[in-house]
Amino acid sequence: MSILVYCEHDNSSLKGATLNTVAAAQAIGGDIVLLVVGHNCGAVAEEAAKIAGVSKVLLADNVAYAHQLAENVALLVTELGKQYAYILAAATTTGKNFMPRVAALLDVQQISDISAVEAPDTFKRPIYAGNAIATVKSLDKIKVITVRSTGFDPVAAEGGSASVETLDQVHETGLSSFVSEELAESDRPELTAARVVISGGRGMQNGENFKILDKVADKLGAAIGASRAAVDAGFVPNDMQVGQTGKIVAPELYIAVGISGAIQHLAGMKDSKVIVAINKDEEAPIFQIADYGLVADLFEAVPKLESLL
Amino acid sequence: MNQIDQKEVGMKVLVAVKRVIDYNVKVRVKADHSDVDLSNVKMALNPFCEIAVEEAVRLKEKGVATEIVVVSIGPKVCQEQLRTALALGADRAILVETEQEVQPLAAAKLLKAVVDEEKPNLVILGKQSIDGDNNQTGQMLAALTGYSQGTFASEVLIEEGKAKITREIDGGLQTLELNLPVIITTDLRLNEPRYASLPNIMKAKKKPLVSKSPKDFDVDISSRYELLSVIPPAKRQGGIKVASIEELVDKLRNNDKVIS
Repeated sequence: MSILVYCEHDNSSLKGATLNTVAAAQAIGGDIVLLVVGHNCGAVAEEAAKIAGVSKVLLADNVAYAHQLAENVALLVTELGKQYAYILAAATTTGKNFMPRVAALLDVQQISDISAVEAPDTFKRPIYAGNAIATVKSLDKIKVITVRSTGFDPVAAEGGSASVETLDQVHETGLSSFVSEELAESDRPELTAARVVISGGRGMQNGENFKILDKVADKLGAAIGASRAAVDAGFVPNDMQVGQTGKIVAPELYIAVGISGAIQHLAGMKDSKVIVAINKDEEAPIFQIADYGLVADLFEAVPKLESLL
Repeated sequence: MNQIDQKEVGMKVLVAVKRVIDYNVKVRVKADHSDVDLSNVKMALNPFCEIAVEEAVRLKEKGVATEIVVVSIGPKVCQEQLRTALALGADRAILVETEQEVQPLAAAKLLKAVVDEEKPNLVILGKQSIDGDNNQTGQMLAALTGYSQGTFASEVLIEEGKAKITREIDGGLQTLELNLPVIITTDLRLNEPRYASLPNIMKAKKKPLVSKSPKDFDVDISSRYELLSVIPPAKRQGGIKVASIEELVDKLRNNDKVIS
């Protein structure tokens, strides 16, 4: 039984979600082959080859794949995928974009966003925004699966020595072309990969005040997130949003500052190992799930926290 | 392209919508863990689908679209959601009526059949429904039709025979240029849907709504996965209140060892 795992990357480095996806592949069990699709992404393939437990890395390096456009990538993965029992990708915006296209081309019902492997054909996945957990048994011959990173502990990034095989298939449909990209520039770790996340909510009052979180984040090496309320109020950009409609995170430490704890937000962070809530409203629902709650004015508490770190 | 040209082209928009649990309703799992309990629960248009309808209506108001056809798949009661879409501004509706569970691949196959009949220039769907959270149907429809796809759209521009779509991706925004016909799936920030006015709700009752069955399209909608069980998520135990930042830092440092 062989498993094809699609690598998440930006042409220069491998993204952490790949390690969680490989972990899901290991939980299924079988020969694990990684696929790197991009342009000028040889370094990514080298990195992928070092992941523990990988038998081979396939590299499709062509300008047609530079931006991993769904139309082109799906044709390649469909062609390759016919020889595998499983095709896995992280449930990131990349995986969510092209994988259903692959599934449809293979006439397979994709299983989205799995959070656990119960048996080689049976998976757990959150439904209704995580308010229920479904166990589903796939009846398809090839299983096309996207993996929720927070459900699986990452495998070791080092320790393997797989060979890299270069592919020469090029699929260019001409249906779509890349125009531009606006990515948030930051020296901080990515939200979904960070060990510590500190998030601000409506209680931050404005975007300027998020600077006080910066200082704490600097000391903890944390990523900075926000609740949907803070995003909708225009304090910070959308890509900082943690929650049902934003990013799903599960860091070792999650610090919620001025966040009331709407279900929408909890859906995105409740699997964090330790949750701290700082809020001046002692009735705030966030305190019901926080390991440590501090009822305090965040504008006094956060600078003090920073000074003690 | 000026507006008259576009009218001659007659851009048709197909919007697919789904009836789901109202997003304000607290989801409860059945006692026998067979599924979520939907008996006597308020149902509504899926929020992402509402955004899809709104976007189509705005395109029509701008003179880009000339006709909006709205389609749903499900039992007869889905007519309610189609009437809602008609009240919001769609011109006519199609219900592919079935009592069977329709999984995303089957939905995409049925929608493909509708696309073959209607030949729209643009199909807009929600990026996911808030019940199954699958996020598949639009992409699958794009694959089956061989059309381009603009998923998780936060901006849609139709110009010079192309669609320019800005997408919400991890870490920021991406803009693509896509050939028509195109399949678009909506993200939350694409627009803020309007409310249907009472006169429009009345008018919607007279707009055409036809019913079809999966058999009319000769599409196999059998299930490809079995739902074995549905359970509530693990409850997180609330912890303690700390009296001060000092106490908090001490706990994190010495009890949990998550900071140094």
